[in-house]
Amino acid sequence: MLRFTLRRLLQAIPTLLVLSILVFAWLRLLPGGPAGALLGDKATPDNVASMNRIMGLDQPIFVQYFKFLGRVVTGDFGNSLASGDTVISEIGRRFPATIELAVCALVLAIAFGIPIGYLAARYRGTLLDNAAVLTTLVGVAVPVFFLGVLLKYVFAQKLGILPPSGRQDVTIDATHVTGFFVLDGLLTGELDASWDAIKHLILPSIALASIPFAVIVRITRASVLDVQQEDFVRTAESKGLTTPVIRRRHVLRNALLPVSTTIGLQTGLLLAGAVLTEKVFNWQGLGSLLAEGIERRDFPRLQGLLLLAAAVYVLVNLLVDISYAIIDPRVRVR
Amino acid sequence: MTKLLTRKAERIDELAESGGTSLAKDAMRRMLHSPVAIIGAVITILFVVLAIISPFIAPKDPYVRYDELRANLTPSHIPGPMPGFLLGSDQNGMDFFSRLLVGSQQTLLVGVGATIIGASVGMVIGGVAGAFGGATDTVLMRLTDILLALPSLLLAISIAALFAHGTQWTVIIAVSVVSVPIFARLLRGSMLAQRSSDHVLAATALGVKRRTIVFRHMLPNSLGPVIVQATLTLATAILEAAALSFLGLGDSDPDRAEWGLMLAKAQGLLDVKPELAFYPAIAIIIVALGFTLLGESLREALDPKNRR
Repeated sequence: MLRFTLRRLLQAIPTLLVLSILVFAWLRLLPGGPAGALLGDKATPDNVASMNRIMGLDQPIFVQYFKFLGRVVTGDFGNSLASGDTVISEIGRRFPATIELAVCALVLAIAFGIPIGYLAARYRGTLLDNAAVLTTLVGVAVPVFFLGVLLKYVFAQKLGILPPSGRQDVTIDATHVTGFFVLDGLLTGELDASWDAIKHLILPSIALASIPFAVIVRITRASVLDVQQEDFVRTAESKGLTTPVIRRRHVLRNALLPVSTTIGLQTGLLLAGAVLTEKVFNWQGLGSLLAEGIERRDFPRLQGLLLLAAAVYVLVNLLVDISYAIIDPRVRVR
Repeated sequence: MTKLLTRKAERIDELAESGGTSLAKDAMRRMLHSPVAIIGAVITILFVVLAIISPFIAPKDPYVRYDELRANLTPSHIPGPMPGFLLGSDQNGMDFFSRLLVGSQQTLLVGVGATIIGASVGMVIGGVAGAFGGATDTVLMRLTDILLALPSLLLAISIAALFAHGTQWTVIIAVSVVSVPIFARLLRGSMLAQRSSDHVLAATALGVKRRTIVFRHMLPNSLGPVIVQATLTLATAILEAAALSFLGLGDSDPDRAEWGLMLAKAQGLLDVKPELAFYPAIAIIIVALGFTLLGESLREALDPKNRR
């Protein structure tokens, strides 16, 4: 098991290195290069040349890359053009908001996705099954941002039962310890602040959960249907085990293997979904940081966020592989 | 019981007469018997037909600001249906109904353009990797894996962000790059699976040239999954293009009649005229659903495991 983990860890390093080269090259693909992008359309060639000198862009490309890599490894992604702050501190400030949202969305997707997928398979061909399948098909066909806008319009603007945007009401003067607003309220005993944060979380989490939910329902359903036909299930039936025991011990447990992979992969995709959801709900997390970065063409910030997203995605994939090896020992040999 | 027996007998006779059916014929037969496949196909065909004829049936010019509509246009009021304008105005005083119709064409262009580019580039990479194997395969697949190591929307964002002034081609290229590694992996996988299959071994033993084997034997037999993926990609391409428009990375021409762009531009107008967002959104959902249904039922029909 340790050998497997180490091997997978080592395999992730070249991937991350090539990604760093890509992100490094990406900024240099910009029309006019990074200096041109920084100075804007009105810059004269002289301006660009002196900016290149200041930024070290006149040095050989390899020297530039290794300097870049050295900075990135130490967590220095440069300064944001929009705020002037370092990119890493911007990311640090916004990080808890996105984690809070992503965890909430993931919990929703799993808590509803697995039971619905399982029931759909168990009552295959019934109205429930058809409704579940239709929901998953529509779920992936609805643009995420439109779902967000629709939820906001119905529940916040028309019915007025939930707040339309932000993470906490501005009138609430809450103490923030960790940056996770729900947790902060619990820690400091300001329960009303916590409750308000939860109310703000509901709509964005539903929007963000829509795609992982649909995918989890689908995979669970397909996987349960597959496992039900396995020989070991027939064996269990013929040796006289009761149906609930077979369902719990033989069907569900084996069916959840592919589901766990899917959950892992969907976790990696949440940051991408968060870009849209956070923009709709003005949620001050990494996604809206990225969306603002696009609007202001703030390339150092975009570079930092892209690297971070890629690293997180690779890391999540790695964790999925490792957890898979823990659940299913056969994987370790391959 | 008797009925069942005769039906079975008929089927066997049928098989004997035809001397076995090809997978494609078999798949076609199953598609025609599946309601899901038919719904998907009908939506797809209607959409394509609409996209082709929409410029001719649109009652008004979708890019003209009409004075009749602009006369009543205020920030808090957008004219509804009136004579000559079936669905009234959009936020710029243009004919909303005509824009919706013509929007199908632009949306199809983005979806098909992105899918064709992505599939072609991906198939060249995957085909070369699958045909040559060895070091070529390793290098090409490592590279595509790197592209897969980024969430697809972020990849599309990072490519679209490179263009200071977007056009519809910005969107098409950004969205197509996302599907390149998927097509590459897919074609390579099914070609590798065939390298050791009997018919390829037989052809090799007969001394058939490698080029002929690849193009005549391996490629046609690998196309099934690619066609399925292309159908599904059409749906995701349209959705991703809409997302890029929403983030302001799409077409910089704000008047372009494309559903994704129209939806993105109407986000703030739900209080004034919700139809401006709802109709393009419903159109996108139906079309994406149509492509997905068609793709999924194609996948099921082409799966040899389902042959009876």
